[in-house]
Amino acid sequence: MDIKKTQNGSALTIQVIGRLDAGSAPELNKELTTALDNITDLTFDFAELKYIASAGLRVLLVAQKRMAKQGSMKLINVNETVMEVLDMTGFANLMTIE
Amino acid sequence: MEKITVEAKVDNLQDVISFATERLEEHDCSMKTIMQIELVLEEIFVNIASYAYKDGGGSATISLDFNHQPRAVEITFTDSGEPYNPLEQEDPDTTLDVDERGIGGLGIFLVKKNVDEITYKYEDNKNILSIKKFF
Repeated sequence: MDIKKTQNGSALTIQVIGRLDAGSAPELNKELTTALDNITDLTFDFAELKYIASAGLRVLLVAQKRMAKQGSMKLINVNETVMEVLDMTGFANLMTIE
Repeated sequence: MEKITVEAKVDNLQDVISFATERLEEHDCSMKTIMQIELVLEEIFVNIASYAYKDGGGSATISLDFNHQPRAVEITFTDSGEPYNPLEQEDPDTTLDVDERGIGGLGIFLVKKNVDEITYKYEDNKNILSIKKFF
């Protein structure tokens, strides 16, 4: 997994590239703990996210809970495989997906 | 039946996935099914790696058995760790809103959603979890 961040004032876009699994999810979680300070608009760009497992969903849920307090969060460019997992777990209803 | 035995560590997840994926491809399993099985392998293996062995390490064996008519794969996970039946875990309530949603139980829930049959037994001091998926 690779992470690319683009920040514009209080808006942050995070591209997650590759696989968000039990091996890589802790790295994203660690990144978010500091990256989200003072952010009000968070966008996850999943155009190049191929696969997500429950470890990745947990990181998204933690981010969503935090952003609900300090601003908003959305997911963009979600592929079919990842979308299925979000649908199955009800996460598609919890999050803004564009 | 073909099997792989590895130390139950998250670092070995990729070896388990590669082993299974190669065999699924040999049996002309669709990419979609392979992706779903990959998710199942990850969730179960990571569970074993995280919880089975409280003191130090241990191993996990993953075996694949193919059925031809109808086409199906049976995957069995065996470990010698603490007795634990993941099927007793309550499913997460997928209708709750973001404040109420917890982070537990998602892995085994995804497993159940992606297989056709799942069974657990504890035998000879071993946890034996089997899944079956038609393809």
